[in-house]
Amino acid sequence: MAVQEPSPRTAATTTTATTADSTLPLKDAGLAAVLTGVLTLPLLGNHLIIDGTKTTLVTNYVPVLIAMALVFVVRLLRGPLDRALAAIPRPRLPAALGERQGLWLAALVLAALVFPFVAARGAIDVLTFALTYVLLGLGLNIVVGFAGLLDLGYVAFYAVGAYTYALLSQYFGLSFWLCLPLGGLLAALFGVLLGFPVLRLRGDYLAIVTLGFGEIIRLVLNNWDSLTHGPDGINGIDRPTLFGLTFTKRAPEGHTTFFDFLGIPFDSQYAVIFLYLIALALVLFTLFVINRLIRMPVGRAWEALREDEIACRSLGLNPTLVKLSAFALGAFFAGLAGCFYAARLGAITPESFTFIESAVVLAIVVLGGMGSQLGVILAALALTLLPELAREFSEYRMLVFGLVMVLMMIWRPQGLLPASRPRLELPQ
Amino acid sequence: MNEFLPNFLPQLTQQLINGLSLGSIYALIAIGYTMVYGIIGMINFAHGEIYMIGAYVGVVTLTALGAASGTLPLTLVLAGALVAAIVVTAAYGWTVERVAYRPLRGGPRLVPLISAIGMSIFLQNYVQLGQGARDVSVPPLLPGNLFSVEIGGFPVSLSVTRALIIGVTVVLMIALTLYIGRSRMGRACRACSEDMGMARLLGIDTDRVISFTFVLGAALAAVGGVLIGLSIGKINPFIGFVVGVKAFTAAVLGGIGSIPGAMLGGVLLGLTETFASAFLPTEYKDVVAFSLLVLVLLFRPTGLLGKPDIEKV
Repeated sequence: MAVQEPSPRTAATTTTATTADSTLPLKDAGLAAVLTGVLTLPLLGNHLIIDGTKTTLVTNYVPVLIAMALVFVVRLLRGPLDRALAAIPRPRLPAALGERQGLWLAALVLAALVFPFVAARGAIDVLTFALTYVLLGLGLNIVVGFAGLLDLGYVAFYAVGAYTYALLSQYFGLSFWLCLPLGGLLAALFGVLLGFPVLRLRGDYLAIVTLGFGEIIRLVLNNWDSLTHGPDGINGIDRPTLFGLTFTKRAPEGHTTFFDFLGIPFDSQYAVIFLYLIALALVLFTLFVINRLIRMPVGRAWEALREDEIACRSLGLNPTLVKLSAFALGAFFAGLAGCFYAARLGAITPESFTFIESAVVLAIVVLGGMGSQLGVILAALALTLLPELAREFSEYRMLVFGLVMVLMMIWRPQGLLPASRPRLELPQ
Repeated sequence: MNEFLPNFLPQLTQQLINGLSLGSIYALIAIGYTMVYGIIGMINFAHGEIYMIGAYVGVVTLTALGAASGTLPLTLVLAGALVAAIVVTAAYGWTVERVAYRPLRGGPRLVPLISAIGMSIFLQNYVQLGQGARDVSVPPLLPGNLFSVEIGGFPVSLSVTRALIIGVTVVLMIALTLYIGRSRMGRACRACSEDMGMARLLGIDTDRVISFTFVLGAALAAVGGVLIGLSIGKINPFIGFVVGVKAFTAAVLGGIGSIPGAMLGGVLLGLTETFASAFLPTEYKDVVAFSLLVLVLLFRPTGLLGKPDIEKV
């Protein structure tokens, strides 16, 4: 069996090899089912119940049997399933969009602009929430997708942005529009401070160090009571204004409400629409900046560095500087997203910035296809909107997230909509 | 100063005992990280979750054997829980490698790492689904102290659970060292971590060796999980994450890929943490551990006993 081949092909050879080896697919499936039984019996089949000081066990074999049956069937139908999966067409970006990419994009932006004026309040709210994740996904895509640096502490920069706005508005009364760039810049500064020493490390060490850094930031926010109010977080953060016009019913001193200014009756719908439009503007701004950057030398350098660091170094690129720019820029967009998050909710706690949040954003980038911006946008929308639509399955949300990450790595490590790059192949 | 000095010695002794027992747990889990890294060069991010599963299987078995009612002799109940936890958790270790890592072998480095993160999230939520997210209390089976003395009016004690943790860990570490050093499988492991391709050419079944390291790492982590359940008295599905990162820190501190290094790193980290929480607010003890990880990776990425890693083109 060839092991040195790239992973997708290795996956294919391993699966065919195992099905060919096992002369009896029934026996193979049966063994897998028995193993599943052993694995699930103590954890799914027995439920620990705490009753006062007494712990008792409640036995329920149904989930165990379901899991066993599921594994049995999947193992038995492995060959046909593999073939069916391989037969699914794999869209590539130009194929999906064609020559008229600009036209499609314009139509999409137009639809996004019209959407809040025709949709219900709840739908706008959910989409605003999803756009925050689009922003985070696009930012992390620079670091993971373009530069190939696995950052597991991305949420730290999100937290820095959110707390920058919350604290500056709380203590100094600074406005959202001033804090937005400040939050981004401060997050980028944190990115540089962290990145400068750690970017010399190899890929997987870098992942763990960023993870540790993310946890340190959260723990500090959680315990620095005098500044951040600890686990209670910060409440009553000012909402964004439109050139000083507020979207509240009554204006605070020295302000006019949007409604008084235009002479229209108060309607809280406008505040929701306004937030949505800010999120949309931030996403469009991010897309614009990133699309410019990846065509510039620095963007080319990111991708070159991801492909082969040693070759880059021998061509005279400074790897630390190139990585640092990607790291800081990714952090900058997370800072923007954090600022917006604080302004949208009006209250933040350190609990919003756990490792799981980093993992969700990473799942978005991985699912969308590293380096593919359209893929990341679609994945962010899918991963935030689907759980909203299927609320009764919300307890399975993270379970499915984890499973999807594993399956994607096995089935399509390049993501659902991989970025296609111009390339030439030598004729055989 | 006069009041500080007489208290200093007993406090030091007490913190040494606490740090040693905590460090033993870290060492048990760190072995799994270090062996897997030494052989296939990947960070098994789901290893912390494996330890958490060990703790749960242990508690479920304890309850099923009627630990609280005392119908069976205590040693039998404890041994039963340990054996069940080891067997089931080892099966988890084997399955995780088989399902999530083996198909990805030979690909880019980050691909198995992302798969491992996904596996970790999956396992955490799977246990949460089966057992609930709340704390599960473990019956206090071994109350009391093995000994308790007063030094200068300040009590110093070694509880039975702490003694058990340290004792079991020492025995397992000696057994592991002998096994890796003397047995056929141990030799195969060392050969694989030296040069996987050459080992395969010489007829070693490398797939089996890799599976073995996952099984062994999971079994040791399961022992750690059962012991921590007995010592702390409660577990929840989220204990794996922080302990996993800390055990990884221990493995890096000692030099990743080195088994004695993982033992040393675990004990050092346990001691650092207990001494840090004696001087700093306890909330910051995790910060100390994470900072230590960052510092070690920055200034001595090979750890205390590790070999320098030369990247070949």
